[in-house]
Amino acid sequence: MYEIIEGFLEAARLIVTFDPDVMAIAARSIIISFTATIIATLIAVPLGAAINFGTFPGKKNLVNLIQTLYSLPTVIVGLLIFLLISRVGPFGFLRLLFTPTAMIVAQTVLILPIMTGLTISALSGVDPVIRDTLRSLGATRLQFLVNVLKEARFAILASVAVGFGRAISEVGAAILVGGNIAASSFASSTRVLTTAISLETSMGNISQSIALGIVLLIIALGVNLAITTVQHR
Amino acid sequence: MIEFDNVSKNFGDTRVLTGVTGEVNRGEIFTVIGPSGAGKSTLLRLIDLLDVPAGGAIRINGLDIHADKEKSLSVRRMMGMVFQKPAVFNTTVTENVAVGLRFRGVSKSETRKLTEDALAMVGLAGYGERRARTLSGGEMQRVALARAMVIEPEILLLDEPTANLDPVSVAMIEDLVVRINRDLGTTVIFSTHDMYQGQRLAHRIGVLMDGAFAQVGTPREVFTLPASREVARFVGIENIVEGVVVEREDGTAVVDAGGVRVRARSPFPRGERVSLCIRSEEIRIAPAIRGRRVSDGNILPGTVTAVVPRGPFSRVTVDCGFPLSSVLSWKAAEDLDIREGGRVEVVFAAESVHAVRQG
Repeated sequence: MYEIIEGFLEAARLIVTFDPDVMAIAARSIIISFTATIIATLIAVPLGAAINFGTFPGKKNLVNLIQTLYSLPTVIVGLLIFLLISRVGPFGFLRLLFTPTAMIVAQTVLILPIMTGLTISALSGVDPVIRDTLRSLGATRLQFLVNVLKEARFAILASVAVGFGRAISEVGAAILVGGNIAASSFASSTRVLTTAISLETSMGNISQSIALGIVLLIIALGVNLAITTVQHR
Repeated sequence: MIEFDNVSKNFGDTRVLTGVTGEVNRGEIFTVIGPSGAGKSTLLRLIDLLDVPAGGAIRINGLDIHADKEKSLSVRRMMGMVFQKPAVFNTTVTENVAVGLRFRGVSKSETRKLTEDALAMVGLAGYGERRARTLSGGEMQRVALARAMVIEPEILLLDEPTANLDPVSVAMIEDLVVRINRDLGTTVIFSTHDMYQGQRLAHRIGVLMDGAFAQVGTPREVFTLPASREVARFVGIENIVEGVVVEREDGTAVVDAGGVRVRARSPFPRGERVSLCIRSEEIRIAPAIRGRRVSDGNILPGTVTAVVPRGPFSRVTVDCGFPLSSVLSWKAAEDLDIREGGRVEVVFAAESVHAVRQG
């Protein structure tokens, strides 16, 4: 018990004094997950829109498949990307294994289904009367699409928040394709909050783990606060 | 201007429109009235190209609007539509009204002026920067009207726009529709299940029943000379009596209704089975006086079976062999000492009886 309290106090000190190690790991986490979220958004929103507005055979099954992939285990994604980019894999020549880029790719793949699915939900959640109103006002096909997206913007923003949350909090893929490397340079290190927590805990550095855990929660809280503020504006 | 040529529409196995035929003239307010589920919304959606008919054609200025997909956008841009459910875009009032103008590439300064004018027209000047979602249902519907009118449509389609609104907002919307039609000459098609609203607004009414127009005519025609028993029932004629024409002379007929003879204006020959439609306002109730006779009217003795209050009036039902209802003020009912079980005479003119052939 004493150790845990001690751990919290030390964690508070690490955070308040902006401990360089903790801050570097936090910054790396944010950069990697944020980049993955941006890339996933750029794919998920057009893809979700295409699926929502399109009519094609098997649409329902496709949506079901996407929803099933919401709960894609992170280690499975990690394993898949690992196989693809390992030396013997088809993309081995890119030498991406154990780089931040590999982690971005893995996190993008991980959050793509949930962001696509939530985009589809967001768009299909737009009131049919709003859709009819847009058409009746003489919207072209493109004007119609843009304006339905605009109406769904807050729900889509929520899907972005969910994607970022899943990306920054996952550990399985980050360990497998990142390797939790603390290299000499910031850019080539792959140690992020979750992998660091896992390592420090196993090494008995409880206070470090708690500090990193609190930082992770603060980031998640910050993102959600920002989104809620925008939605209520 | 708008012609309906045997327009039909199914949703799955449900036939919503079975063959709508009729015409809407340029510059008129045409109300489509009918019970819920009669196909009113479907008809308006077909006009606005939001749905495609299963059969028949809708022509605007002679052009079959569903025939040529290439022309869809330009046809639709001739029209504005307001829907039953107040729906606004999640942005400011000004932005809501400006949407149609942006679609048409109208310049910013022009858009600002036109949206301000449109908001002033619907009595929402000064509301421009408010978030549209924070408005009341009536205000949202006025935003919807401004949004539809700012693009200066030739045809304004209103699909039961006041169905969910409070009476003050209903009156406001009705007043706006009349002004828009009068001042701008916009052709208006207004659907409603409220027959009195249809009557208040319309130059002409189409009564849509079971997927087709049961009658098209002026409000007076529809309300006093309904084309069928069903239309009569819908436009609030409470007394509908079945009978057979037994005598005819000079446009007047004597109809036998279960042994009681009723004189009616009727063009139908002897032996024709008819429904007699008599508005309760046309029926007087008098104390029974023996031996009273009239040459051209109807005096039917009967027994009061019910006196039911209705606002400031009483609805009195008399059994004359068949039930007939009339509406009296409370004072009149008291003065005449009308009470259940009392003997009275029911008096109405032959002109007040409108006969329709039984379908």
